Amino acid sequence: MKELRIEAAIDRLDEVLAFVDTELELMDCPMKIQMQIDVAVEEIYVNIASYAYMPGRGDAIIRLDTDPQRRRVAVTFIDSGIPYDPLAREDPDVTLSAEERGIGGLGIYMVKKSMDDMSYRYENGHNILRIEKQI
Amino acid sequence: MLNIIKTKEADTLNVKLEGRLDTTTAPELEAELKADLGETKALVMDFEKLEYISSAGLRVLLSAQKVMNKQGEMKIIHVNDIINEIFEVTGFSDILNIE
Repeated sequence: MKELRIEAAIDRLDEVLAFVDTELELMDCPMKIQMQIDVAVEEIYVNIASYAYMPGRGDAIIRLDTDPQRRRVAVTFIDSGIPYDPLAREDPDVTLSAEERGIGGLGIYMVKKSMDDMSYRYENGHNILRIEKQI
Repeated sequence: MLNIIKTKEADTLNVKLEGRLDTTTAPELEAELKADLGETKALVMDFEKLEYISSAGLRVLLSAQKVMNKQGEMKIIHVNDIINEIFEVTGFSDILNIE
């Protein structure tokens, strides 16, 4: 298990992705899956950085659990901001035309579609969001 | 890291992207397009060297598409398989003109 505690701020995104990518590369993760995991990490981390502590500041913890034998990766995001379950949000209608399309909810929808498992719980004042992927 | 290479021929704007279109770099593309879309009738975006796109990038493509629907056309060329799958999953393959 590896953990990164970082200020939840959009300009720290590259550090978060570098932390995750280093581990994925050690596991020889295929490029396509690495991109899917990167997108998932970006969408979730940017949500935390944008909304969790608004208008204040706070930290996010990114915990990485890898199982090289089973080729599984789990990333857990922990913040102590306002309670927010991204899974409770309704999926966007992806059949609408450009004019009708809003962009809200698209990021989390991409995460749901590309990860094998995604779960949320609120515990002791913490949002805990976990994603899992077979690589 | 995103390189944006713009070339203009008459009222056609060619935009070649190299690198990552993410939360950090999407505002750069948005500003570059905003500066040049005014007179543009045809916008051609070349994704041959684009490696990554997240919802922040999709948001910029959607707003460019909306602008171009009013004043001409937009197409995206040389999309790789990984990015194409993101377009499929999000329904963007029906909104965008991908060649």
